Order: sequence, then C-alpha cells, then structure tokens
Amino acid sequence: MEIKTATSTQETSQQREVILRVRGLKKYFPITSGIIVQRQVGAVKAVDSVDFDVYKGETLGLVGESGCGKSTTGRTVLQLYRPTAGSVQFEGEELTTLRGDELRRIRRRMQIIFQDPFASLNPRMTVGNIVSEPLVIHNVMNKKERKEYVEELLVKVGLNPFYINRYPHEFSGGQRQRIGIARALALNPSFIVADEPISALDVSIQAQVVNLLEDLQKELNLTYLFIAHDLSMVRHICDRVAVMYLGKIVELGPTNLVYDNPLHPYTQSLLSAVPVPDPSVEETRQRIILRGDVPSPANPPKGCNFNTRCPVAMDYCYHEPDPELVEIEPGHFVACHRVT
Amino acid sequence: MGVLLEVKDLVTRFYTQEGIVYAVNGVSYTLNEGETLGIVGESGSGKSVHALSMLGLIPMPPGKIENGEVIFQGRDLLKLSKDEMRLVRGAEIAMIFQDPMTSLNPVLTIGTQLTEGLKLHLGMNQAQAERRAAELLDMVGIPDARKRLNNYPHQFSGGMRQRVMIAIGLSCNPKLLIADEPTTALDVTIQAQILELVKRLRDELKMAMIWITHDLGVVAGIADTIQVMYAGQIMERGPIKAVFESPRSAYTLGLLNSLPRVDAEGGGGRLTQIEGSPPDMRIKPVGDPFAPRNPLYRTERCFTETPPLHQVADSVPGHMVAAWYDLPALRKQHEMEKMKHGN
Ligand SMILES: Nc1ncnc2c1ncn2[C@@H]1O[C@H](COP(=O)(O)OP(=O)(O)OP(=O)(O)O)[C@@H](O)[C@H]1O
Ligand SMILES: Nc1ncnc2c1ncn2[C@@H]1O[C@H](COP(=O)(O)OP(=O)(O)O)[C@@H](O)[C@H]1O
Ligand code: SF4
Ligand SMILES: [Mg+2]
Ligand SMILES: [Mg+2]
Repeated sequence: MEIKTATSTQETSQQREVILRVRGLKKYFPITSGIIVQRQVGAVKAVDSVDFDVYKGETLGLVGESGCGKSTTGRTVLQLYRPTAGSVQFEGEELTTLRGDELRRIRRRMQIIFQDPFASLNPRMTVGNIVSEPLVIHNVMNKKERKEYVEELLVKVGLNPFYINRYPHEFSGGQRQRIGIARALALNPSFIVADEPISALDVSIQAQVVNLLEDLQKELNLTYLFIAHDLSMVRHICDRVAVMYLGKIVELGPTNLVYDNPLHPYTQSLLSAVPVPDPSVEETRQRIILRGDVPSPANPPKGCNFNTRCPVAMDYCYHEPDPELVEIEPGHFVACHRVT
Repeated sequence: MGVLLEVKDLVTRFYTQEGIVYAVNGVSYTLNEGETLGIVGESGSGKSVHALSMLGLIPMPPGKIENGEVIFQGRDLLKLSKDEMRLVRGAEIAMIFQDPMTSLNPVLTIGTQLTEGLKLHLGMNQAQAERRAAELLDMVGIPDARKRLNNYPHQFSGGMRQRVMIAIGLSCNPKLLIADEPTTALDVTIQAQILELVKRLRDELKMAMIWITHDLGVVAGIADTIQVMYAGQIMERGPIKAVFESPRSAYTLGLLNSLPRVDAEGGGGRLTQIEGSPPDMRIKPVGDPFAPRNPLYRTERCFTETPPLHQVADSVPGHMVAAWYDLPALRKQHEMEKMKHGN
C-alpha cells in the first residue's frame, strides 16, 4: 500500500512543473601548494556530477554524512559558488552563464537559510535592518513601506513586531532562526535552500521551526531544497529525498519509497543507523554498521565510490567505473552495480 | 546489585557579571553498579554542570557548589582534596566529552596520552604500558594499533578520536563511565559504530555508565534508566520502558510527541510542538519550571510550589516524577472531551 501511494505521488509529480533542473553539476575546490607561486596540485571534488530536478511546491531533501557535498550543492545551485561544470536551470533560465545584474535579478527568487542562527546574523544590526537589508540592496519600497512590510514579515514568522529595534543577541536560537527565515522571505522568493535550518536548535524548538517552514510553504507556495542530517525529520518534511555520498547522488526517490525500501547499500546502512525513540524497537533493531570513515573527496577510491565501506561489495565494484544513477522504478533512482 | 553512586540534593550556581546562573537546583538520584543511566534535556538544563560538579571540574569562581553530597563507593567526592579527586577521575571514574579534540592534547602522541594513565594509576613500566595501550586501541577498533600509537590527534578522524578517548577512559578499568554527548558531533553512521562499541565494552567490563545526550533515540537504545532534566532539575526518571510507554511529566510527553520517526510514514501533518522557549537560567526557578510552557496540564499550584520528585503510585518501582498533576488521568479526560465534542 505504501508503494502505491509513493508511486501515485510520483505520477502526479511527473505532471508537475520543474522549477529547478540540475545536470552534471560539478564543484571542485583547488588544492594548492607552494609559498611564492601557488600551484594547483589537486582538487577536492566536493560535488562531482550531480543530476536532479526539483518540482514546484515540493520539498526535496538532501542527506548524507558531513563533508559529502550537501552545502556545496546548495550554494552552487544558488550560484554563491560558480560551478566547475554543469548546468543549473531555474524557472527555465540557465544560471551558470548569468553575470552581474542579471544574476542579481534572479537571486531575488532564490534564497538560503543557514544552519547557525548565531553566526549568520550581523550582531550590530537591528532585527528590522537585518530583515529589510535585501529590500534595500534591491531597492524595493520606500522607507515607510519597508517598515510596515518588515513588521508583517515578523508576524508571519511568529515574532512580535515590537522587536523590530532589538539586536540578535537578545533572542534565543529559535527566535534567531525565525529572523533568518523572515529575511529569506523578504524578496518574495519562490525557492529556498534550507541548509540544516534546525540542527543548531533545541529539540523542543525544532518542531516549532519545522512547522513554521511547512506553514509558509503552503501559504506562499514555496519550493524547498532541505539539507539535513536528521533523517527522521527529513522523512517528515520531504516529498522526495536525495542521498549523497562523496560528492555524488547515490539514491533519489519519493521519501516513503526510499525509507521503506532503500536499495543502495549506503542508504540502507545510513537509515539503519538512525536511533528510534522507542526502547522496544531499539531492543530488536538490526543495524548495518559501516566500517571506517568517508574517504577524502580529494582522493576518492577507484571503482565504486562506496567500495571501501560497502558491506556487499563484489569484485567488479573495485574495477568497473563508478556506477551511474539509474531509474529502477518510476521516480526511484539508484547508483549501484548490484541493483542496476 | 549494590549502589555505586548516590547524589544528594546537588546545587550548583555561577556568579557571573550578568547575575547568578541557577544551573543545578537540587538534583538527587542513585546509580547501581552496572546500571546505564541516560540523561536527556535541552541545552542549558544543567546536564553537564551536574556531571562536572560531581568530578570537581567546575571552574570556581565563577562556579560554586552550594549544597549536596556525591557518595561514590562510600566516600563523598565533594569533600576530597584536588589530588585525591584526580586519582578517582581517570581510575575509578572515567569521563568522555563531546569534542575529543579539546580533551586530547594536540602536541602529544596518542601513545603518550594512553600510557600516562596506565603508569600513574596502575604502576606499569613503559614497556608494559605500551603493550597495554596497543591492546586498548585494538579493542576500540583502531586498525594497525601499534603503529598508530605514534600518531598525533590531528591525524585521526573525529570518530577515531572519540575511540581514543574511550580507550583512555577505559584504560584503568573504571567502575563508572560518564559520557557527555560523545556522539553529538559525529555522523549517524559513526555514532552507530561508537554506540555498538560502548555497549560491548560495558557488558564485558561490567561498568556503570551515565550517558548524557539530547537524543531520545540514543537513550532508548543504550540506557536502563532515563532521567529527564529541565531547568537544573529532574522532571522525571525511571526504567526506560516505563517512562517511554507512560510518561508522567508533561515535558517528557512533549518531547516524545514532537519527534518524527525514521521508521514511521512521513508527511502526516504538523508536528506537535512545545510552545515557548527554554527558561532563562538567570531567574531563580519558582514552582514547576515547565509550567509556563504547559498550558494543557498545569494547575495553579504549579506556579507557586516546586513539586518534589516522588514515586509514581501506579507505575513500576523507581518511576518518579516531579509534577503536581496526574498526567494519564488528565490525558484520558481530554480524550473523553474530544470524543464528546465529536472529533
Ligand atoms: N562557566 C560557566 N559560567 C557561567 N555559566 C555557566 C558556566 N557553565 C555553565 N553555565 C550555565 O549553567 C547552565 C547549565 O549548563 P550546562 O552546561 O549544564 O547545560 P547542559 O544541560 O549540559 O546543556 P547542553 O545540552 O547545551 O550541553 C546554563 O545556563 C549555562 O549557561
Ligand atoms: N570553500 C571551500 N574550499 C575548499 N574545500 C571546501 C570548501 N567548501 C567545502 N569544501 C570541501 O568540500 C567537501 C564537501 O563539503 P560540504 O559541501 O560543506 O559538505 P556537507 O555540507 O555535506 O557537510 C568537503 O570535503 C569540504 O571540506
Ligand atoms: S556498486 Fe558495489 S561497492 Fe558500490 S554500492 Fe553497489 S555493491 Fe557496494
Ligand atoms: Mg553542510
Ligand atoms: Mg552539556
């Protein structure tokens, strides 16, 4: 029954409009050496050829261990980092070739919410100035209109508009994250990258912020790329999920389908590692414990990227090239020789 | 099983420029030999300060232990001299922290840091200590243990550093291991490795553990007893299954209800959220500290009188709560009213 619902979401999503199309996206960071003359001696392959679509109005989750390239993907999509290669089409427009004013115009429609509500807000600016800054930069509205609009935004994210002249240090973590959300909403975007928006928050505050993000999505018809390492929360909030490992997507599909029937050995072990807040379940839970750590993205393994830790690797996994992402069933993509 | 540790009415405060921080406000509990106690609670609820107070690791000033006894194997730890305390730490009680980088010395090799305690506490010579150190690294799953003794902490990944900390902690066969969020900074896959390792070693060495975390899933998997802290107080404690199956504190219930689960179908509407924000610890708690965030179950009395931690009448022995209200009764009443109003 679960599979049926998942497939039917997929069918409807196929008819849905694609708001973001990413193809062959790469972001390599150079590793340099030399004191006087900097020579490039290698590259950190932070994002190494990823393909995915995001449908209008959905939440796509991006999960994986730290350092696997989630944030870099988010930033490269927004052109905060310029890609090494590949294409990013947003609302039909190719972003990778845009420059200057053209890029600024399109950036109004795409915003980012950061993980750390303590580091991401300028401590010397008032809440009002923080939230209205994007409006000032893009020269939208006059001063009076801006103030009214900012008050409206504060109410929308559940803050008292009375706080408009206060400074970030006077707020708790959850409140600061609300300020960050208000700021992201100021230019009326259609697409938001939320990069670990709740990781730094207390458990009792996480549900508040997630509920707010979901309410805003409905009200404003927003599309989210939701980057997280909390796989339970991703299951709750995301329509579809992409699992990354060493700069690549290894599995992608409707959330319930991927969680109930993970096909990639990495997804299987990742999900099995998540603790469940229920002692009776934990008692009998079977875990796939991965050996070792993620290899360095500057020096990925030969053959399949996952072969150094894969519990079911075969001989050919060390010789054949890294497996491609293949559609196994409608909307469910996997990159593993054993599955495809 | 005998009692290993008894904490009695522990009170710790910090006298800072912005005023007094009421970090720990009368914490009492006992821990049996071989028992694993999981302590949960949100940031600032006094979990770390309570543990550091027991081990004489609170910076004084600004900190001050105002009251309490910590009886460990018949001795009050709070009355020990600095030197006596140092012998207890490291030998009888081991502690591991969230960030192993801050507790490992960056300029000493892993081998030096491991052998130090073995020589000091167990009187081994260099050769014996080195052999044992290699065994310990091997035991915590570090490959090529003998060679890795010459490495420095920065040559290890986060998960491996935490393994080294565990090896150091366990090197002198402690009776009690206190772990303060040791897996919070790690990925779930590495967390699973560490939890598996710790559970195995705990059973082998028959030691007791205090495992501090904000992750109720981790506690569900590792603890015999759970203790929920809020505003420097114990709100509820008891055998793990009893508390998860029938929580008696509105705070415990709120936490459990707000969590989505990886093993349950998602997209089921809004999460049940706890309103408001965590308390300001610079204000002396009066009454039930959770009352302001507990509109559903609180009573008038919750605002004025602090409820004592007491045995729950209709639950298993050791299931204790600090609340004036009867949570299951009120929940049932609310259910009935909902049904009456037809939804
Ligand atoms: N050195 C210090 N000086 C002043 N206040 C302190 C100090 N250490 C801790 N506190 C305060 O004591 C209270 C309890 O802190 P504690 O570190 O025990 O919280 P915790 O439950 O361990 O939280 P977390 O989950 O964030 O680790 C907090 O209000 C904290 O700000
Ligand atoms: N500005 C940068 N310069 C060099 N390397 C970077 C930079 N940003 C990220 N990286 C590297 O790229 C890889 C992916 O990082 P990131 O996208 O931040 O991962 P995640 O968000 O999944 O934790 C990591 O190896 C990281 O160290
Ligand atoms: S291709 Fe081979 S090594 Fe890679 S994930 Fe599949 S089975 Fe494992
Ligand atoms: Mg990141
Ligand atoms: Mg702490």
